[in-house]
Amino acid sequence: MCRFVGLIFGVTFALSGLITSATAQTAQPAPPVAAAPSEDGQWVMPTKNFAGTRYSELSEINTDNVKNLQVAFTFSTGVNKGQESSPIVVGSTMYILSPYPNILYALDLSRPGAPLKWQYNPKPDSAAQGVACCDVVNRGPTFANGRIYFTTLDANVVAVNADTGEEVWKTKIGDINKGETMTMAPLVAKDKVVVGISGGEYGVRGWIEALDAASGKSVWKAYSTGPDQDVKIGSAFKAFYDSEKGKDLGVTTWPPDAWQQGGGTVWGFITYDPDLNLIFYGPGNPGPWNPNQRPGDNKWTNGVFARNLDTGEAHWFYQWNPHDLFDWDGINENVLLDLDWKGQRRKVLVHPDRNGLLYVVDRTTGEVLSASFYHAVNAHQGVDLATGRIKINQDKYPLQNKVIRDICPTAPGAKDWSPSAFSNKTGYLYIPHNNLCMDWESVEPNYVAGTPYIGAEVRMIPGPGGHMGEFSAWDIVAGKEVWTIKERFPAWGGAMATAGDVVFYGTMEGWFKAVHARTGEVLWQFKTDSGIIGQPTTYRGPDGKQYVAIISGVGGWAGAIVSNDLDPRDGTAAKGFVNAMRDLKNVTTKGGTLYVFKLP
Amino acid sequence: MKLLPFIICLGFSLAACEREKRDFRTAPVSEESQEKTALVSLSPGSSPPEQEVSGKARSFEGNAYHLSQGKRLYAWFNCNGCHANGGGDSGPPLMDDRWIYGSSLENIVQTIREGRPNGMPSFRGKLPDDQIWELAVYVRSMSGLEPKAAAPSRNDDMHPLPSENRMPPSSPVPGGSASPSATAPQ
Ligand code: HEC
Repeated sequence: MCRFVGLIFGVTFALSGLITSATAQTAQPAPPVAAAPSEDGQWVMPTKNFAGTRYSELSEINTDNVKNLQVAFTFSTGVNKGQESSPIVVGSTMYILSPYPNILYALDLSRPGAPLKWQYNPKPDSAAQGVACCDVVNRGPTFANGRIYFTTLDANVVAVNADTGEEVWKTKIGDINKGETMTMAPLVAKDKVVVGISGGEYGVRGWIEALDAASGKSVWKAYSTGPDQDVKIGSAFKAFYDSEKGKDLGVTTWPPDAWQQGGGTVWGFITYDPDLNLIFYGPGNPGPWNPNQRPGDNKWTNGVFARNLDTGEAHWFYQWNPHDLFDWDGINENVLLDLDWKGQRRKVLVHPDRNGLLYVVDRTTGEVLSASFYHAVNAHQGVDLATGRIKINQDKYPLQNKVIRDICPTAPGAKDWSPSAFSNKTGYLYIPHNNLCMDWESVEPNYVAGTPYIGAEVRMIPGPGGHMGEFSAWDIVAGKEVWTIKERFPAWGGAMATAGDVVFYGTMEGWFKAVHARTGEVLWQFKTDSGIIGQPTTYRGPDGKQYVAIISGVGGWAGAIVSNDLDPRDGTAAKGFVNAMRDLKNVTTKGGTLYVFKLP
Repeated sequence: MKLLPFIICLGFSLAACEREKRDFRTAPVSEESQEKTALVSLSPGSSPPEQEVSGKARSFEGNAYHLSQGKRLYAWFNCNGCHANGGGDSGPPLMDDRWIYGSSLENIVQTIREGRPNGMPSFRGKLPDDQIWELAVYVRSMSGLEPKAAAPSRNDDMHPLPSENRMPPSSPVPGGSASPSATAPQ
């Protein structure tokens, strides 16, 4: 017996030796350990960890048994608007946050049916709904230091006691009369809560702000446009490319004063590298959409900032789309990974942009290592890696009062906010994205504070092939697609990967799908009561079993036709999305239900 | 005989005057027409709600000039940013038959002037009274509630929906979508 154990030991030892030596040559990409600590069975922030991998080591649910998944319990958020949020789990409590009016619910997982423990209603100003560009969504609560932190549509940041549901502090940091709203999930790291402002369609001058997690008092605030001082560009700033070097580019790359309504709002997920003490996030589109109104690079919109968490000082910036032409917000996620690049281990961030390119960027310097097409487009020809600049296709350049047809991708881009997931096991990135094209006419907008500032008539159509969504597995180092699933409607929700080699995502028709991480084979699917645009999560329940959670409820920009009862006869409704989404009304209705699944 | 074309022209232009009677001196920004309108058809007692309107609506309804001015203002004041070209966005559709706050010209004037709780801004003091009426009458034309002969026709540019003068009149249904704040728990 003893000998036998010894033998197993020996073999394991030899095997692990083999694996390590294999790793030394071509190790798979992996998130930095400090940003993605080992699995504890919880899911405490929408991104799962600071690296933003949305990957869980839980593997009870695997490719063989996932077909047996069944509903464990459900819960209604009581609000039939777009549910972009993610259920989070801390200990034996699940927290879910509704769209406006942003009600936070705590569910007791230790009791049968996960009954309601408490609810907290921040009672946001109802007028905020008017200045919410793309449905009244919220992208999730975050847990840290015994508190739940979240943002409200009327631009308040709230801290609630995670045990009792009592409000600890509530700070109003934006003004709806300027078109400012909040939809993002805060990043809570060390003693700071970092949030940004939405309203890129209302001429908001974008900013990001860090609050003291204990008191809610402002610690630092950095704008996305204007003089270097406001942008917190100082001695620490070292841009990699020449076009990001110079004084006050946030003023000089704009027509006089245009930066004051210049957009660059901040509403995507923020990732954080504790080793470098840097946060990474992308400012959104410049305002107005109409590019003819704002000649110049329009710094510092539509790129990615690396900032010091404690001081807010910018370390570097790279602009995905200088002088953005099509509302391609730079807000998409920046997943933090370490990978082997030409024989060297590099600290990178991986970013699937709206422009259809998947960027691998050195997160210490801002150097672009590669930018490969994860989705075919006709609006540009990719990036010149020597200068870092994107090569625009002049045929698709919008001209005032001229309808430019068949621009691919659209304003929501080849991929919008819908966060991708990275599997430590396969080393692939799982990307939910869109297949859409559009007609665009630039028109002259008037800036009236608190009303939209857009200046474009847009009409979207399905892209080549007729389907509007895709879900792809992507090999980051090779820069190529592994497999793709086509979806009838845009893949507007997030992805989640697990060590069971099962990847989860939802469709706007309402299917919640589990697919094989290596082949893309659909292993299981469940039809929920409404379309899905939310972020799946997974956790180990108090009973030791693995659960998978998703909030169903169609809406968001893509689903506004249903959640806002829009009229399908007007193709420009919802900034042109309705033209492509006319059929959605015949497929799904509004909803707002949490579904939690487990094995029998 | 040479007079005949002249007389015909005169006849036409007089007829045109008949169709387009309007005040050339418009009311100043501070002036505000007083409309006593109700938002519902329900009122305690057996009679319908009491309403008393100024009659100002008569000079705007079916008036091509005011309708086309309204269309221009609709884009100038970014109504289209929130309501698109009628199909809606953050604001509800204006081309459909469902009216949360009433479809009469006076109701719509009140909506624009006072604002509405779920995010319709109040334009009081930002627009002269007459321009609010022009906007309101144009809003009615979006769902075919103004005469075809006076409603605007197709745009020069992107043409994403039937033009106002081709919209089938959709008889207004009171109500519309319930606001999320009204349906939310607590
Ligand atoms: C900031 C966005 C915004 C702007 C700008 C805006 N609206 Fe609205 N509007 C709304 C919202 C939101 C509602 C729904 C209010 C509610 O339900 O309480 C609304 C409601 C309305 C209604 C009532 C519809 C009904 O069913 O009763 C009308 C009419 C209207 N708006 C016309 C206009 C006009 C005309 C303009 C331009 C002068 C305009 N709106 C500008 C957001 C906006």
